[in-house]
Amino acid sequence: MSKKNAKPAELLPEAKEVTVLKEIMSGDPVRIGLSVLLGFIIGAIFMVVFNDDVVKSWSNFGADPNYALSTVWWTIQDGYGALFSGSIYNLNSDNFIDGIRPITETLRFAGPLIMAGLAVSLTFRVGLFNIGATGQIMMGLAGATFVSTRLHMPQILHMLVAVLAAVLCSMVWGIIVGILKARTGAHEVIVTIMLNYVAIDLFTYFLREPNLLLEVNGGGTPKSDRPDSTAMMGSLLGPEFKLNYGLIFAAIAVFAYWWLMERSTFGFRFRMVGHNASAARAAGIKVENTFVWALAISAAFAGLAAANQGLTIDGGLTTSIEAGIGFDAITVALLGGSRAGGVVMAGLLFGAFKAGSSSMQVAGVSPEVLGVVKALIVLFIAAPPIIRALYRLPSPEPKVFVATQKAKAAKVIK
Amino acid sequence: MKLELRNITKKFGTLVANDNISLTLEPGEIHSLLGENGAGKSTLMNVLYGLLQPDEGQILIDGKEVKFSGPGDAMAAGIGMVHQHFMLIPVFTVAENVVLGHEPTGKIGNLDLNAARKLVKEISDRFGFDIDPDAKVQDLPVGAQQRVEIIKSLARNAKALVLDEPTAVLTPQETDELMDIMRGLAKSGTSIIFITHKLREVQQVADRITVIRQGKVVASPTPKASASELASLMVGREVDLDVKRKPAKVGAETLVIRDLTVLDDRQHQMVDGVTFSVHDGEVLAIAGVQGNGQTELAEAILGLRKIHSGSIQVAGKDLTKSTVREVLEAGLGYIPEDRKKDGLVSEFSIAENLMLDGSFGKPFAKGVQIDFAKRDEIADKLIAEFDIRTPSAQTLAKQLSGGNQQKVVVARELGRELKVLVASQPTRGVDVGSIEFIHEQIIAARDSGKSVLIISTELDEVLALADRIAVMYRGKIVGIVDSKTTREKLGKMMAGIAA
Repeated sequence: MSKKNAKPAELLPEAKEVTVLKEIMSGDPVRIGLSVLLGFIIGAIFMVVFNDDVVKSWSNFGADPNYALSTVWWTIQDGYGALFSGSIYNLNSDNFIDGIRPITETLRFAGPLIMAGLAVSLTFRVGLFNIGATGQIMMGLAGATFVSTRLHMPQILHMLVAVLAAVLCSMVWGIIVGILKARTGAHEVIVTIMLNYVAIDLFTYFLREPNLLLEVNGGGTPKSDRPDSTAMMGSLLGPEFKLNYGLIFAAIAVFAYWWLMERSTFGFRFRMVGHNASAARAAGIKVENTFVWALAISAAFAGLAAANQGLTIDGGLTTSIEAGIGFDAITVALLGGSRAGGVVMAGLLFGAFKAGSSSMQVAGVSPEVLGVVKALIVLFIAAPPIIRALYRLPSPEPKVFVATQKAKAAKVIK
Repeated sequence: MKLELRNITKKFGTLVANDNISLTLEPGEIHSLLGENGAGKSTLMNVLYGLLQPDEGQILIDGKEVKFSGPGDAMAAGIGMVHQHFMLIPVFTVAENVVLGHEPTGKIGNLDLNAARKLVKEISDRFGFDIDPDAKVQDLPVGAQQRVEIIKSLARNAKALVLDEPTAVLTPQETDELMDIMRGLAKSGTSIIFITHKLREVQQVADRITVIRQGKVVASPTPKASASELASLMVGREVDLDVKRKPAKVGAETLVIRDLTVLDDRQHQMVDGVTFSVHDGEVLAIAGVQGNGQTELAEAILGLRKIHSGSIQVAGKDLTKSTVREVLEAGLGYIPEDRKKDGLVSEFSIAENLMLDGSFGKPFAKGVQIDFAKRDEIADKLIAEFDIRTPSAQTLAKQLSGGNQQKVVVARELGRELKVLVASQPTRGVDVGSIEFIHEQIIAARDSGKSVLIISTELDEVLALADRIAVMYRGKIVGIVDSKTTREKLGKMMAGIAA
């Protein structure tokens, strides 16, 4: 009915105005899936080209072409097979516990990535290109470590106070960005990059300072004490697995993010500002204040990621504890389309990369291939036209619905 | 040059944008292509200009079939297009813009700007364009910029010109000048396809009219046809262009503005000591040419722009220093002049757009959580009440036509308790059917006792709606007159000559 009556539509001029940034952040699942696939394919090419066996067998290609081709296949199978065994299920294990250990490792690595990914996602959806998760995590780590090493409290309470300290310290770092943006119009990209450096150096300074984080009886190297056992996020599945309570925090964070963005009036205003700040202003929303709120709440998620890192390692911490999470979080957010569900999937993928990289190394495949895969995924997501051209997808001109006189009739019939 | 489009069909997927359209353009003829937004005019012109390839049909020039694979071919064949949005480089001079892309060169390949100047001067003099070849385009008024676009086409020996909604950006005076220029061009043998939805202009200059509706040619009325006849053909049903109004029942003074002065972002005084008031049950329209402070006035009333001096009151409450939210909560409804920028979030659904300013409390929110059931219930009610043509309340705003987008804005603003409605350009870029509907809604708001302030640059709209008319010129109110004032007098006031 409606098709028959649909009026021939000229594409309205406004419909064509799809900015590239909006398209990158729109998170079209098909395009993202294809980007991941393409990343893996090119990663495979890297594995093959840099594998000694393959190079040797191809130098004698004429003598044994079958062998040459099969080395290619075996290399790829070994590499990605090792990734699977290291991150999902270990096929070579003789018992179930060892078999499922890889997937629990993936979950363990995914937790902080997901929480930091949510932090970046939130600001993306408010229209801010926030790359300050690294700095916020650093400050969160400082807070968590101070509480976990210098204060002494009972079990659980100690851990919760340490988490709270991490969240608050991170939020301070986020709010600074928000206030600079709101009051002076400073661009958040510049501010967050610079604050990342400040935070990294501050954390190092804290680690050198005896009154703050420096190991009490250590040799003076910038390293903290071991956190009190009362402050640690304990094991979730028993001593056989390293998976810890951080996963619970991640699950809570995912739900909180979803509720905030999709259900609450705050999220509605966040998204409104992100899509069209000028319409938001005309609807009575204080856009500048919204930026500050968004950056503060975003930083709280980064603080959770920091707590997860700082309260799960049984040993003194150095700056390396950040482990590139703040940067990976940007990729996770992009890959996840800034949606709760998407960020979970992307966080799991990146967690699997982290979990699987050691077994890839054992299998003789350089785990740096995974770095290449990650980078390529970002590249393809950030350059939608490449993916569209490669897979011959239609360009994103939205269908325009133009009503007809008869559409009303159609509505009545419906 | 005789130009013929024969049986052109162009499909986009299942949509037939042009359905077997034929059109003939005789030498020296002004042929007006009339149709609503989305009727298929632009598609047809893009086919003619080589931007789109037709699925069926032919283009003939002087009886010979031609094929255009791009605008370059069309230009070479003598077809020129003046787009609605000018394709000019603001920091270049007129001469530089005109020759851009096919620059005359000297012996050693150097740019010969003198030849370019001569060319511009020659064309400008021949048709009385009054354009200085050395003026920078950014310093020219809009009407002159448009003439530069026309010179650009003529400089490439265009024998047929397509003017796409050329008057949308012009003042009434500039429009009249353009009409003269069109007549002059036609007399000298240039044929013109004149795309518009303004009926008065069609009646003034067209030699022939073709009306397109839903991708088909529906009629070829004579230029003597009345405005309502033409409108009915465009829309496909009877259209009454006169808004039915009962005499105003004027009540209390609700919106009171005194000595208001507002600066723009560059600290220029855009609103200069403006004083007026709007009573309950009346429409006060602010007429004037675009850019005389109307935008700043509207923004100041809403609280978007800081007030330099003076005061604004709604129902006795002082709102001079209020935030936008306080102004909205005081009972002011606001229809912005640019709905895409200030009125809608295109990526939001209709239901979400209908609650843009309602996220702070009832009925849309329960505490800090959105009440989705209530939201959708209200959305369905407003969609029915305001005749928003959409498959569902969850359709994204960007998928609607301009008219329906505007109805979403109108529905949102009139859908809540109001004392005052401020509407800036309420029907800009909106189809005839929606204009009629929106005007009715505005009058209904007035009849229900609200104070209505309309800001419009369209004299037709001002005359259709206003009980009183205030004319604004260079930030000042030139005078406030009653709605029976003649067009000529209003035109003079719009040029700053006090009544």
